[in-house]
Amino acid sequence: MPGPVLIVGGGQAGVQLCMALRREKYQGAISLYCEEPEYPYHRPPLSKSYVTGATDDDKLPMRPESFYEKNAIDVYLNAPVTSVDIHRSEASVGGTAVGYSSLVLATGARPRRLDWQNDAPAGVFSLRDLSDARQIRAGLQNCKSLVVIGAGFIGLELAAAACAAGVQVTVFEMADRVMGRAVAPTISTFFEATHRAAGVDIRLGASVSGLEHSDGQVSGVQCADGTTLAADMVVVGIGVTPNVELAEQAGISCDNGILVDEHCRTEASSVFACGDCAAHRNRFAGGRSVRLESIQNATDQARTIAASIAGEPKPYTAVPWFWSDQGSHKLQMAGLAFDADSYIERGDREGGRFSIFHYRGDKLLAVDSVNESRDHMVARKLIEAAISPGQDQAGDPGFDLKSLI
Amino acid sequence: MPKITFVEADGTEIVVEARSGISLMENAIANNVDGIEAECGGSCMCATCHCYLADDQAGLSVMQDDEDEMLGFVASERKPGSRLSCQITVTDDMDGMQVHLPAEQN
Ligand SMILES: Cc1cc2nc3c(=O)[nH]c(=O)nc-3n(C[C@H](O)[C@H](O)[C@H](O)COP(=O)(O)OP(=O)(O)OC[C@H]3O[C@@H](n4cnc5c(N)ncnc54)[C@H](O)[C@@H]3O)c2cc1C
Ligand code: FES
Repeated sequence: MPGPVLIVGGGQAGVQLCMALRREKYQGAISLYCEEPEYPYHRPPLSKSYVTGATDDDKLPMRPESFYEKNAIDVYLNAPVTSVDIHRSEASVGGTAVGYSSLVLATGARPRRLDWQNDAPAGVFSLRDLSDARQIRAGLQNCKSLVVIGAGFIGLELAAAACAAGVQVTVFEMADRVMGRAVAPTISTFFEATHRAAGVDIRLGASVSGLEHSDGQVSGVQCADGTTLAADMVVVGIGVTPNVELAEQAGISCDNGILVDEHCRTEASSVFACGDCAAHRNRFAGGRSVRLESIQNATDQARTIAASIAGEPKPYTAVPWFWSDQGSHKLQMAGLAFDADSYIERGDREGGRFSIFHYRGDKLLAVDSVNESRDHMVARKLIEAAISPGQDQAGDPGFDLKSLI
Repeated sequence: MPKITFVEADGTEIVVEARSGISLMENAIANNVDGIEAECGGSCMCATCHCYLADDQAGLSVMQDDEDEMLGFVASERKPGSRLSCQITVTDDMDGMQVHLPAEQN
């Protein structure tokens, strides 16, 4: 009988691993330890349709409770793993030692916080889990004016959703464009314009230095330029920090994430890590170590680990992809643009359907698409197969990129 | 409540009392139909909720461009009745529907 698999973290990666192990006909015991009080749920709706009430709680669970029973997966809720001993192959949960033959760290990430967030008044939130989203959803019902700090994906998704629900929304972003670390300037410009047209006040090169409050409830923000702005709710979306503490404490190397090899194995041979908490060398990033925060990465890394545990290891080679729904616009990304030195635009930007093809020399590295699923899907295939359309072909909407595959 | 039969690639049939108003994918997941993965949770991004329906199935919504593009890249063969189950809302007209599932979803 194969040995027990202990999974730390019931998020996207943890659940996918349970599914993939049973699909690979793994016969050993599987236990899933979850810090949260909830059965694992989908996170993407939390910053989109969920906060305004368009998606209900019953749509969130990734699998029904009966799934775990049917597949003989022992789920423990409210059960954080507090330490790991890799020499004894044991993890500690609530003071009890639990043995494993394979341990998988799928602990995700937590929101980065601003200095003043620790003793913030009521009405100030981060957005990572269902409990955050429930509070934001409840707060939005009586909210007139929302301040979002950080124009990353989650901040902009939330801003668009709240604005569509009739809330006055102001977004503060320190950089000179939105989603600056992730997309080409053209895409930033497009989204700045669409959010503004919808009524969101986007302030670039602007930051919040403190809060105003009355009766323990936030009432406004102090801006770095000395002005103040009334707000009855503030959401901070300034990125995340990987949850690496268990690995560090166990003596496993971490560097912006738990370091793993191409099989998602850490330097301890029976310990794996995947998803938002893990850093790996990615062939689509010129082999550099990256930590990807996406459904795709969590899912495909979990599949990679399942294959190893089930005895048929396959390296992690999947093309990275990501999406972000902002209001009625869909941004889709394929590949990684870290090393790009030029880009080409394709499509109809005025009409709101276009893509940006990122190149290094002649090599296609990544494609960001706005409302253009066709380009996105072709891009996934092109990048996977290392086929680079000529830049003239990429820029010519009349050229059928599919013909290259 | 329409009765829907999911037929797994190995021929196993799972008959479910489906809920109208939610997607076919959600009905499959709620009933532990293994042949549907749905990693993106119904965002029309992953194509791991592929299924085969009869061409003349009643009650089907028209396929949108996104779904059509996604179907171009499914892991198992695309056939005339191919759909993404997350893009189909179950209605009472679908009583008796047969949903065939592919062998591979990714
Ligand atoms: C609001 C929001 C919207 C998003 N939208 C998109 C999107 O549109 N598209 C996209 O591709 N990605 C999106 N993402 C990113 C995506 O959800 C994450 O990349 C993915 O969830 C990562 O999966 P994971 O399993 O690594 O981590 P998580 O899903 O975060 O799961 C980790 C789990 O581990 C638990 N945990 C941590 N430490 C312990 C411990 N010691 N013991 C037990 N349990 C522990 C945590 O409580 C958590 O439940 C979004 C994320 C958020 C927060
Ligand atoms: S669930 Fe992902 S495309 Fe249908």
